Amino acid sequence: MADATTAGRAHAPSGPFRHFMTSATPGQLALALAITVFLALFLIIPVGTVIYVAFTEKGTGTFTLVNFVDFARTDLFIRSFWNSVYVSAMSVVLASIFALPLAYITTRFDFRGAMLIQTLGFLPLIMPPFVGAVAMLLLFGRNGTVNLLLNDWFGFRIPFMEGLNGVIFVQAVHYFPFILINLSAALRNIDRAMEEAAQNLGCSGFRLFRRIVFPLAMPGYIAGASLVFVKVFDDLATPLLLNVKDMLAPQAYLRVTSIGIADPMGYVISVVLIVMSILAMWVSARAMRGKDYATVQRGGGGLAKRQMRPWESVAAYAAVLLILLLVLAPHIGLLLLSFATIWSFSPLPDGFTLAHYGRVFGESFVYVKNTLIYASLAGLIDVVLGTAIAYLVLRTKLIGRQWLDWAATAALAIPGVVLGIGYLRTFYGVQLPDGTPLATLWIVIVLALAIRRLPYALRACYAALQQISVSLEEAAENLGATKVRTVRRIVLPLMAGGILAGFVTSFATAAVELSATLMLVQSNADAPLAYGLYVFMQSAAGRGPGAALGVIAVLLVALCTFASHLIIEKSQKAKGAGH
Amino acid sequence: MPRHYAAAAALIGAALFTGVAFAQTGKVTVVTSFSKDVTDPFKQAFEKAHPGVTLDVQNRNTNAGVKYLEETKANNQVDLFWASAPDAFEVLKGKGLLEAYKPKAEGIPDKIGSYPINDPDGFYSGFAASGYGIMWNERYAKANELPEPKDWQDLAKPVYFDHVAMAAPSRSGTTHLTIETILQGEGWEKGWRTLKEVSGNFRQITERSFGVPEAVNSGQVGFGIVIDFFAFSSQASGFPVKFVYPTVTTIVPANVAVVANAPNKAGAQAFVDYLISPAGQEVLLEPSIRRLPVNPAVYDKAPADYPNPFKDPSLGARVKFDVEVSEKRSNVVDVLYDQTVTFQLDALKAATKAIHDAEAALAKKDNAEARALVSEARDLVAAMPITAEQAASPEITGAFTGGKEKGARQAELEQQWSAFAKERYAQAQAKAEEALKRAR
Repeated sequence: MADATTAGRAHAPSGPFRHFMTSATPGQLALALAITVFLALFLIIPVGTVIYVAFTEKGTGTFTLVNFVDFARTDLFIRSFWNSVYVSAMSVVLASIFALPLAYITTRFDFRGAMLIQTLGFLPLIMPPFVGAVAMLLLFGRNGTVNLLLNDWFGFRIPFMEGLNGVIFVQAVHYFPFILINLSAALRNIDRAMEEAAQNLGCSGFRLFRRIVFPLAMPGYIAGASLVFVKVFDDLATPLLLNVKDMLAPQAYLRVTSIGIADPMGYVISVVLIVMSILAMWVSARAMRGKDYATVQRGGGGLAKRQMRPWESVAAYAAVLLILLLVLAPHIGLLLLSFATIWSFSPLPDGFTLAHYGRVFGESFVYVKNTLIYASLAGLIDVVLGTAIAYLVLRTKLIGRQWLDWAATAALAIPGVVLGIGYLRTFYGVQLPDGTPLATLWIVIVLALAIRRLPYALRACYAALQQISVSLEEAAENLGATKVRTVRRIVLPLMAGGILAGFVTSFATAAVELSATLMLVQSNADAPLAYGLYVFMQSAAGRGPGAALGVIAVLLVALCTFASHLIIEKSQKAKGAGH
Repeated sequence: MPRHYAAAAALIGAALFTGVAFAQTGKVTVVTSFSKDVTDPFKQAFEKAHPGVTLDVQNRNTNAGVKYLEETKANNQVDLFWASAPDAFEVLKGKGLLEAYKPKAEGIPDKIGSYPINDPDGFYSGFAASGYGIMWNERYAKANELPEPKDWQDLAKPVYFDHVAMAAPSRSGTTHLTIETILQGEGWEKGWRTLKEVSGNFRQITERSFGVPEAVNSGQVGFGIVIDFFAFSSQASGFPVKFVYPTVTTIVPANVAVVANAPNKAGAQAFVDYLISPAGQEVLLEPSIRRLPVNPAVYDKAPADYPNPFKDPSLGARVKFDVEVSEKRSNVVDVLYDQTVTFQLDALKAATKAIHDAEAALAKKDNAEARALVSEARDLVAAMPITAEQAASPEITGAFTGGKEKGARQAELEQQWSAFAKERYAQAQAKAEEALKRAR
């Protein structure tokens, strides 16, 4: 590490890309060390205790790579691997098609209800476990609303939810907000002067977007797209819901969780997932290399918002409404389900009732309280870590700083159940003074959630920092500000939009996470909403109440999201006014 | 070996708790896979019968529950494990995580149907029973003009192609027992033939037991092979579903066990006793639960049409079930099913469809050559990579025990078996398509 410091000093702030070649101060070193310890303690060690099995030989327990040879020799795994790659890539394409128009229209034009659309466009990310799937099937399944009506009227069905294409459709709907939220944040950060300069030179319309605006927003888009890719690659819930088992993540899950069979292949697949996730992040970082996305002038309040001509306005509203209707369909279905008496093989429920809300009203309070506490704490931890890691990676020359980024990102690839088992294994033996195991404290759930959602916040913070020109910091330091003061007064305020985007993403997705939680929840009094939902969704009579809880979860997160959009908007306006 | 451990654990447990007077008060912690609809009535009734005791219910799916007990055994805080799948209890017992307890209740027979109610070594006790059967959505059946099935074999008929669902036996202990019952009832080869003929009609193979009733309730799938209480409680909730026990069905118990080193052992035992007492057994009759009591006397209080396995011989009594055979090959059967059916479902369905089409054509215009081809195709579909003897042999069962013993690796066997099935399904499809050409 000492070498790193001197090596860092040796570089002068030169080169074509104006990288801020700082030396590593003791403070930065300490920060890097603290983050390393945190990641080691709550991610690498717990997960390591579980997946080391992948490298052991059957019978002797000695180190071997034969399990990976088995992986390569098994048709099922190879098929699963390529299926996962295909589905992830296509999901990015489809998600971009959903996200680009929404992000562009709401940030670039003077568009009524932009904030509402940003909030609504974010909701698909909050798909409560189990019940969201049921709602989706009731709408888009083979005998869902759409297909029953199509079949009645025209005599054909559309296989929305069949096979790999079904997975792509559902994943794109579910995860496109990653692109939307990061791209919107990036578009807001673009210097208006760039656009004006292009216009003065005669560039306009689509060419302006393609040549100037979109490239400048690239960090945000890449941040979102790489998240979508990795998340889809590592997601097991959606393929399993659609009964697609020949993809990697479901294969890992099915093997890790089968009773009585101690098969190393589940952990081998987990290792493959982790490697692939890191690889994807590395590729996306390479793609951005050698380009400078930072713009110097701040406070312009982002792209100029312009008035639309009437026909443009109509077209924009139509496009926005159409996309929203499609991506929010699962939530509309969820809402219907929560009021439905019986909904079976029919386009709409047989009748409506308030009884389900009555049933969950009393007990949902404790779940709501716990969810709010856990998810906001987890979100907070995530943005603190995310900002710190982004700063270390982009602004210092510490050796191995990339590994902080990659280690945090690897959390995406780890099935929740593996993390849960790892936490039990690592922390259950640690006893508090009164004899209760550390793992039974609710704070452990918060840590698990924070680790699982860290990659989301990290990407958002990373993209935000990439867009800030180093020269602003240099200016501050030239004027005598210390590094800490520069970060506090210059960097953090400028990153605020990205940090909030990161917080919202982490918070919202942590609020509905189940797989690790299910392992760690110790009693009903400590349980979050997702657990309450799970308990209901195991029986026929629990479907309605489960949907009602799901609606409560979505509303809760939506309100918090809306509030943070208000804050972003306000701060943008304040900046604009101060300019 | 495992029994040894368990005995040791029990001894330690006994030593630790001897002389500690746990009155039946305080908190009894239970890890369960049962839904709120099942646990809530029991919680209320038990707490009423034992004032001062609270039942703390931790819901985990069976897999997570087993893993949880395993990981936390060093400092166990759980008193009871309460779930359906007998295999999960077998695993826990094998790892020495349970403590033997003989409930005080009287009048409980040894067997329900042909399955023993309690663990012969006393580590877990059956408290309710359930039978497997066929559940279907009436609206779905009507819209698709499908007849009502009566027996397993009916589901192999061409009309049901792409309309049936089941949970994977490797994911659902109760489904596993149904598969095993068919294999024992019809013999290894004939049994697998039946299973594959039915499976060829599957629309989906779900990874959790409740996925099947959920799909049938919402009408995504027409017919499901499910455990009876899923169907009964769906009916009680108003879903348009029907249910039938096939002529040969298994009745399997749902179990409860005291966890080794339970912090509140007295409370745990009190709960087991309560579950099996007449008062506890009556709770099973509630419409939202609807499971079959293991105490024959309680059926007097049941509604008139309540199925009674102690009186109705078609409920489980007709099948023979050898627990030892089942235990020995249980992992092998699960993995065989997954590798030859679950993960090859598309290929199996393509072959099945081709056979159905060829047979439909032959029914119109017979052709001896084509008939022979179809018969060959059926044999190819039914073929299994290993025999019953091999399935129980230590060389093969040893591959599934994880890191403890040397021998073949699970992944190697899986690849062999799936390649075997895939190749034969493709051949079968080709033969059936050839037959169709000739029959025209």
